[in-house]
Amino acid sequence: MTTLATLASLVSLIGGTQFWINVGLLAAIFGIFTVGLQLNVGYTGLYNFAQAGFMAVGAYAMALLVLKAHLSFWLALPIAAGVSVCFALVVGIPSLRLRGDYFAIASIAFSETILYAIQNASFTGGEEGLLGYTTSWQTLSTRMMSALGLPSQDFLVPILIVSWAIFLLVVAFVWLLTKTPWGRVLRAIREDEDACRALGKRVVVYKLQSLSVAAILASIAGYLLALDLGYLSPEEFTPDNTFIAFTMLLVGGLGSFAGVVVGAVFIEVILETTRNVIDIPLSDSHLAALRFIVVGAVLVVIVLLRPQGLLGKRDEMRFRR
Amino acid sequence: MTPSSSPDRAANAAGSEPTAASAAGRVGLSLGQRISVAVGVLILLGVCFGFLKGAQPTLQTSINGLVTGSYLALAAVGLTFIYGILRLINFAQGDFLTFGAYMALLMNVFVHVDIVISLLFACLATAVLAMVLELGIWGPLRRRGAGSLELILSTIGLAYVIRYSIQFVAGPDLQQLRVNDISFYRLPDGVTIGRTIALTTIASYALLLLIGVLLRYTQLGKQMRAMADNLELAETSGLNTRRLIVLVWAFGGALAGLAGVFYVASTGGFDPTFGFTLLLPLFAAILVGGAGDPYGALAGGVVLGLAEEWSTLFISPAWQLVVGFVVLILVLLVRPQGIFAPAARI
Repeated sequence: MTTLATLASLVSLIGGTQFWINVGLLAAIFGIFTVGLQLNVGYTGLYNFAQAGFMAVGAYAMALLVLKAHLSFWLALPIAAGVSVCFALVVGIPSLRLRGDYFAIASIAFSETILYAIQNASFTGGEEGLLGYTTSWQTLSTRMMSALGLPSQDFLVPILIVSWAIFLLVVAFVWLLTKTPWGRVLRAIREDEDACRALGKRVVVYKLQSLSVAAILASIAGYLLALDLGYLSPEEFTPDNTFIAFTMLLVGGLGSFAGVVVGAVFIEVILETTRNVIDIPLSDSHLAALRFIVVGAVLVVIVLLRPQGLLGKRDEMRFRR
Repeated sequence: MTPSSSPDRAANAAGSEPTAASAAGRVGLSLGQRISVAVGVLILLGVCFGFLKGAQPTLQTSINGLVTGSYLALAAVGLTFIYGILRLINFAQGDFLTFGAYMALLMNVFVHVDIVISLLFACLATAVLAMVLELGIWGPLRRRGAGSLELILSTIGLAYVIRYSIQFVAGPDLQQLRVNDISFYRLPDGVTIGRTIALTTIASYALLLLIGVLLRYTQLGKQMRAMADNLELAETSGLNTRRLIVLVWAFGGALAGLAGVFYVASTGGFDPTFGFTLLLPLFAAILVGGAGDPYGALAGGVVLGLAEEWSTLFISPAWQLVVGFVVLILVLLVRPQGIFAPAARI
């Protein structure tokens, strides 16, 4: 009990409640994002580097459907996820029938291209971004706040609750998916694609399904990020998101869903405390550069020392050729 | 639809002398035939665009395309070679270009050395960087039996470390080399080309030709291509592959550094992210030429440069990067083995 009290005082000492609400929110959002990667990388052996692109497509499609097509927000959510799946098929159909490396190249290229297209197209608002798609959510959020009796400065608490609820549901759902016969086929593909094909499984179809689930999860993460920010701008959807998620995945360990939760929280705490709380005597641009040097170095060190990830099981989930 | 093409490759290589196992032999057409076909098709396309859109804009975009293509081709050689030999996709290749450019900047602007010496220094520094990373990280990883995901993630991690270390030291602002960016040559029909751009482009094509000749006729070039054709077979034939792989890294690194300096000397202002944005056209270039084939990468770079510039005849220049992606997806759909190779399983 005393340790808990010290922890609580320590938490309030560095950053304050608002700061930790934000960290928790980002951890849940990128956790959902990373669950998709876990399904692809850890369970299917797909090197998906397009996740940030699917996130961008989901978020922008939702916002555009609300703003330009005047659809209801709740109807826009599933349609935008569908749009994201269509893009997953565009990347996946040409490249997933080839060797795994080709998909890695095509997916990173897709992620870059989507970002570039959003920056340059006029209907996406370009660099200025999009605003004003949050009305329906605001209504619900206010209702939740009055039901919980929260003061008005805790306006992020409703989305925090919703994000973590979705995150845990998604973890449970995808974990259950991997226990189904469908999930066992995915693992078989990861282990030996040719053997799987010889058994009559349509490998490419299973891979596309796995990728589509990841794209849907990326869209959900995109919606939550869009609601958290209140605006959409291309700089929030760089491929950096995918690489940060890969560090979360590796810290947590391949093939472990509990690891995704741990990795997401751990990496977000590090990223956000170095951004806002700890007083490092460096300029903002130096700090930003330093954070990415650390992200890169963590990736390299984990790959060199513990490729199965910090919590991963070496025997079951090692990297495949 | 098998995921690996190694049986065919081995069969092909076993039929010929390993050191003479040429990439051209593997794909059925002779090198000369492939060059003539590629040049012929490109000229035909250029003539078509000339009739459609007028001679002047077509000539200008063709020249711009050949300029861009020369840098892409230089940078793509190392990328495709390493992929062919080690099945390693180097996501840090773009940041090798950035590294080269900033090394030249360091010498040229801060130490006040002549641009040519700065250029040579940049080549050397990037070659050393590539060798150090091979000896320190990729070599040990491979010997431990690392899979392709481990290798890809290590290159991504290193890409971040390189890019943001540069940004940490040099800052995120635009930089410029001390080169002549005012003078330009007037060609007939109102077509213009900057003096520095003309010089770097001519130097690039001379170098590309030299690389082609070296790869084809020298002992070292043949050994490198033999490794790209079949690493195990090259090793059993007595080649010191460990030493050769380090040399290939140095070779590819030097060319990437050179491409980086040429690129920023012609485009003017640059920041630490420029190399990463070139990664997409580079990937597209090596896939167009057939991943792992150095001659293909030379041709693929030029094709990509022309495709990006010719696209501006029809659509806004803001969409050039998207053209690279479209080319990449089309190649994967139609001819994933590269546009010059006969049907093969990839």
